[in-house]
Amino acid sequence: MSKKQEKTFQQDMVGDGVHSIQKVIEPHQQEPNRIVKYAMIGVSVLFLFVMLVIPLAVVLVNALSEGWAAYQEAVMDSYTINALQLTFLATVSSVAVNTVFGLFAAYLLSKFYFRGRQVFAALIDIPFSISPVIAGLAFILTFGNIGWMGDFLKAHNIKIVFAVPGVILATIFVTFPFVFRELFPVMNAQGKDEEEAAALMGANGFTIFRRITFPHIKWALLYGIVLCAARAMGEFGAVSVISGHLRGKTNTLPLHVEILYNEFNTTASFAVSSILVLMAMVILILRSLIERKK
Amino acid sequence: MHVEMKHINKTFDGFHASRDVSFGIEKGHMAALLGPSGSGKTTILRMLAGLDRPDSGDILINETRVNDISGSKRGIGFVFQNYALFRYMTVAENIGFGLKVQKKSKAEIKERVEELLELVSMKELGKRYPHQLSGGQKQRVAFARALAPNPKLLLLDEPFAAIDAKVRHELRTWLKDMIQRVGVTSIFVTHDQEEAVEVADMVIIINEGQIEQIGSPEDICLRPQTEFVKDFIDTERFKINYQRNAVSTHGKQK
Repeated sequence: MSKKQEKTFQQDMVGDGVHSIQKVIEPHQQEPNRIVKYAMIGVSVLFLFVMLVIPLAVVLVNALSEGWAAYQEAVMDSYTINALQLTFLATVSSVAVNTVFGLFAAYLLSKFYFRGRQVFAALIDIPFSISPVIAGLAFILTFGNIGWMGDFLKAHNIKIVFAVPGVILATIFVTFPFVFRELFPVMNAQGKDEEEAAALMGANGFTIFRRITFPHIKWALLYGIVLCAARAMGEFGAVSVISGHLRGKTNTLPLHVEILYNEFNTTASFAVSSILVLMAMVILILRSLIERKK
Repeated sequence: MHVEMKHINKTFDGFHASRDVSFGIEKGHMAALLGPSGSGKTTILRMLAGLDRPDSGDILINETRVNDISGSKRGIGFVFQNYALFRYMTVAENIGFGLKVQKKSKAEIKERVEELLELVSMKELGKRYPHQLSGGQKQRVAFARALAPNPKLLLLDEPFAAIDAKVRHELRTWLKDMIQRVGVTSIFVTHDQEEAVEVADMVIIINEGQIEQIGSPEDICLRPQTEFVKDFIDTERFKINYQRNAVSTHGKQK
């Protein structure tokens, strides 16, 4: 075996991927097989088209099928606006709460060592693995009338289940890993040397955060916030269980879409959906902008 | 004694990192903490800096017990193993950070930063960011940053570990000259016997959290007191080096 071949073969043994296998088999061929390449592109595009583009197009076409006036009427309907407001409130609340929580948790787990760190980190991921419907039920069993804290809440006249606080709580629950998950790897990789160096020079905690930690995590933080907001806006399962579907009171946009659809009010339901699609598009653009910065 | 450790003990989760460690370093001297990896040398440095707390024993700087004084008030400059330069600040901002935190005036900070940039021969590079520097340049910035607030004691954790073998030797000489010129008491951690012997004027050999021997480089190389030191230091090689050194310094004097 010649020296050169031996080297490519060694590279392959180390495992630098498909490319080197190609080199070993056919050292003269530059590009991978064209037919395979175009076939893969074709399959991917077709899949995306059927799964994403057509359904989204259907939403918009149906929303406008009875004309602009009908669309406007559905969108400007007072229940729709109420739902939009509640979705907005739930999204802003969960982003605010989860940003603060995510920052603290990521800071704690990346900069301090204590027993049970890993358990703590795993607990944060529970909302990712648990079905949102179960999360909603758990809240009802905790805060509802017959629930664990029911008597206490009744005595103090606090209403959570089938009320706005419940909707917000459920949204917070399903979205709370997002900010943490984005921040943690970045903060962990940064280590704590820079922070220690600054502390040794006499910088206080806030200065250290502002001058050293924050510049490092800002894009990851923003990315986490965007993902969290996207998920909060679209949340259905947990909110559906806990809200009680009270129109104009505890209805969020996704719940409103479902109600309209069940009432065979197809155009209106698609019109309201188009608001969510629009918001998703905005998020998508934001996301790719941030990703480029990151 | 300028810096002293008396009967220091430290454990991490049952791991005995320091066992009854005691030593003293006189003002203006440069000491090396030498030992294999995992021997507890960095722990000693971190305790001196106030980054870790000893379980028992006393740490004295300038005859004052500093156990309960926070690291930032001990008058210490610290050079981290990977330099820990603030990556979102320029070289000049890095060097001036300690002074800025102390709320020194802008003019004063600027003057001191320029002085230090000149000292480490990086006058042109003040506006660069750490990722635009070579390993050797990073080390020089870390050194300047540690010196900026005029520390009484300079601590360096494996200062040459992250540097190319080629330039390591050159930097060693540079650092030694620099520290002598500034006249600051310094302690550095290393696992490289050659580095310790060449740079320091006092070597403290540590193994499994315990001090094996304290002495001048010559003592350590020619008169090892324990089996471990004998094994760890390649005595034969240094004997030859010392003879050669003796000849060459002799030659220079002529």
